[in-house]
Amino acid sequence: MNVKKQFIDGLIAQNPALVQLLGMCPLLAITTSMFNGLGMGLAVMVILTCSNVVISALRKIIPGKVRIACYIVVIAGFVTMVDLLLKGFVPALSASLGLFIPLIVVNCIILGRAEGFASKNGIGASALDGIFQGFGNMVALTIMSIIREFLGAGTFGGGILNGGAGYQILPENVVALGMILPVGGFLTLGVVIAVVQYFMSKPKKNKEVAK
Amino acid sequence: MESITSLLSIALGAVLVNNFVLSQFLGICPFMGVSKKVETALGMGMAVIFVMGVASAVNWPINQFLNSKGLGFMQTVTFILVIASLVQFVEMFLQKAMPSLYEALGVYLPLITTNCAVLGVTLQNAQKSYNFGESLTYGITGGVGFLLAIVLFASVRERMEFAKCPKCFEGFPIALVAASLISLAFMGFSGLKVW
Repeated sequence: MNVKKQFIDGLIAQNPALVQLLGMCPLLAITTSMFNGLGMGLAVMVILTCSNVVISALRKIIPGKVRIACYIVVIAGFVTMVDLLLKGFVPALSASLGLFIPLIVVNCIILGRAEGFASKNGIGASALDGIFQGFGNMVALTIMSIIREFLGAGTFGGGILNGGAGYQILPENVVALGMILPVGGFLTLGVVIAVVQYFMSKPKKNKEVAK
Repeated sequence: MESITSLLSIALGAVLVNNFVLSQFLGICPFMGVSKKVETALGMGMAVIFVMGVASAVNWPINQFLNSKGLGFMQTVTFILVIASLVQFVEMFLQKAMPSLYEALGVYLPLITTNCAVLGVTLQNAQKSYNFGESLTYGITGGVGFLLAIVLFASVRERMEFAKCPKCFEGFPIALVAASLISLAFMGFSGLKVW
């Protein structure tokens, strides 16, 4: 397995959130501040890497017919661990993500990578895949939350920078509150994916012209 | 009498005010994935109502048991296992008992395991410590809310097929923009309180 190719796949070419369109629920729901986006991204990355490693190690033992159930048990175990750790050490993040931490269990990215990659490849490659795919997802979450936070609350880095308040960039009376509400989530994701599709289709066209 | 009004307000909340898909963002994957045609959306919605209702009913006593033993931290693992086996069981049962319904639901049944609305509803029942009747109501009406959202969205998407839109917006992005408009419409229900 080519490490560089895996990295580019995870971050751009096969970005789990923006190109494969997996794991939409957290991508829409919790990207209201940079703190939430980064925190969720990190949590998913840790769980994805751990579950990829374990599933890859067990790939020859798990019988094919009940594999999905086995994967879910492994994933649910790691999710519970992360949930308890966050509750203990980062209670603020745990409170603001709420229900969406236990719901990482049914995040399609993790099950998708388990089925599509970890069950076919070695432990090292699966660990790298978990890290890169998780990183790609984290970047997508962070981009979404920066856009929504900027337009919806006029701040940058809410929850982390400037003692948790974030830096106020837009004055409070011009912001569009709707961007933080569900409406803004759907709209922002639609526009971000459209931009990604625009840039992904460009290089192909150039190549066709060159031919 | 009071219990009936509380059930009604839970139902109203789950269907309109806090719609599972459009304001809580649960079950987005099937919402985007199987909403290309109204018929399939209807089938998926029916299956989800059924599984959400049964899962709420089954997970309520299990949650009581876990709490009584001090095993509350096992909630997520237990619930997802129960849901996965429940879906499998329902699939086998329908195949034998009601083949016509089984055929109608088709591939959507197994997909429901990874629908976060189902796990979400059971976790919320546990969080809000609803009693059995309230859990069941919340489960079923949550499913009804999902059905309403996905059917509305599918009918919008059917019309969108013939609309012209910028090339980079084709397919998924324009569907998300449409979903955002539907969600804007549902925001009108927020704060609605009849009982």
